Amino acid sequence: MSVLVLAQHDNRVLNEGTRRAVTAATQLGDSVVVLVAGGGCQAVATQACEMEGVTKVLCADADCFRDQMAENIAQLVAELAPDFSHVIAVGSTFGKNVLPRLGALLDVQPISDVVAIESPDIFVRPIYAGDLLVRVQSQDSIKVLTVRGTAFEAAPSGRPPCALEPLSATFELGLSELVKREISESDFPSLENARVVVSGGKALGSRENFDLIYRLAGKFKGAVGASRSAVDAGYVPNELQVGQTGRMVAPELYIAVGISGAVQHLAGMKDSKVVVAINKDPDAAIFDVADFGLVADLFDVLPELEAQL
Amino acid sequence: MKILVPIKRVVDYNVKVRPSDDGLDVDLANVKMAINPFCEIAVEEAVRIKESRNDCEIIVVTVGPAKASEQLRAALALGADRALLIETDQRLEPLAIAKCLHKVFELEAPELVLLGKQAVDYDNNQTGQILAGLCGIAQGTFCSRIVLSDAGTVEVSREVDDGLEVQRLKLPAVLTTDLRLNEPRYAALAQIMKAKKKPIVVTALADLIPVPSARTKTLGVAIPPARKAGQMVASVQELVEKLKAAGGLA
Repeated sequence: MSVLVLAQHDNRVLNEGTRRAVTAATQLGDSVVVLVAGGGCQAVATQACEMEGVTKVLCADADCFRDQMAENIAQLVAELAPDFSHVIAVGSTFGKNVLPRLGALLDVQPISDVVAIESPDIFVRPIYAGDLLVRVQSQDSIKVLTVRGTAFEAAPSGRPPCALEPLSATFELGLSELVKREISESDFPSLENARVVVSGGKALGSRENFDLIYRLAGKFKGAVGASRSAVDAGYVPNELQVGQTGRMVAPELYIAVGISGAVQHLAGMKDSKVVVAINKDPDAAIFDVADFGLVADLFDVLPELEAQL
Repeated sequence: MKILVPIKRVVDYNVKVRPSDDGLDVDLANVKMAINPFCEIAVEEAVRIKESRNDCEIIVVTVGPAKASEQLRAALALGADRALLIETDQRLEPLAIAKCLHKVFELEAPELVLLGKQAVDYDNNQTGQILAGLCGIAQGTFCSRIVLSDAGTVEVSREVDDGLEVQRLKLPAVLTTDLRLNEPRYAALAQIMKAKKKPIVVTALADLIPVPSARTKTLGVAIPPARKAGQMVASVQELVEKLKAAGGLA
């Protein structure tokens, strides 16, 4: 079995999620090939070559792939896919954008958000906001999968580089173009990679008050997350939303502050190792999944907690 | 401008579902059904586009059982002009649904296809992208802003993991909606009454396309292991001590 992993990157740095997809790939095949498609992406290809478990890296370095437009990238992957038993990407907004389109081009039904691999064709994935797990068997000749990053360890770097093969294929479909990216620059680690995540809910009451959450996260060198209602209220940007339709996290420690614990939020964090819930309402559902619960006013607790750390 | 809005009938997002007794499926007996929340956002966006110009027709379509006409009626009440029901009692996978929609796309030739980014039952997040791939047209996924230009293009803001991304797409295009694109309105009683007179054209799946074969087999449905009930602490100090003991503050 030979597995193709589609790398996610910004032409400079390989995304951590791709390392997790590589780990999933090593469970499937003895040959793991990573495709780096981008524009001016040689540095990424070099990083990919140093990942444990990678057999070979293919690098398609061309203007048409620079902005990671799904239309062009899916076409490239479709050209390569027939040589592989599986095509995998991490189930980020990038992977979820490209791989279903690939499914269309290959006439394959993709499998989304795989959390466990039982055999080369049997996969486990969550449905209904994680309320249920389904075991599915793919009957397609090529399996197209996105994997849930939190379910797989990141493949480390540091071994002698594997073979790097440049690709000359280009696909400019002319259907879409990037106008701009508004990337949130932040001193905090990304949600998926943080050891500690501190999330705030609507109870914070304002954008200014959310500073309490940022300060606590800073103490832990952790990441900041939020419930949907906090994002909808405009306290924090959308990309901090943890839950069924947002980001999936599984840190060592998850601290939920002023979050009631709707099932849609729990879907995004219930695989965290230790969960702490701080909420004024003793009946809040978040306490049902918390290892440690504290019924108190967050405005009293947060300064005190910060001081004690 | 013709706007096609595919929607899905799903279990109401407030319902907690369980596996069926044989553990091979989800138990959907007597469960409250509703329009998928992301689809509702797509319908609302289509209606807003229609309200901002004077040349729009909104066609709402679903692939599902006869009862899915309830969700089509709801969309008509929100402002869609007419509806198509591709009727089947089979539960189809996203690829098969997209094949139906591809056929509808060819028949109706819309300039815009607006649909939800995912359905809250199977959480696949695939149908829009597969449809765009089958049609060979542009895709704008996870949209939080949609602006049509006069030049045959549409500009979208996409919610991505590290922020926002703005793309310009050639029409026709498939756009999938994210949560913050809009807040759907409630249908007024007058609109609900009016919607009863709007046409729903029913076509049997087999009359539209050769019925697609299933590509995946469900081997089992189970409830994931629940988190153990934890303990309550009385103070911040106790919390910090417990966390230290649990290694959470290492």
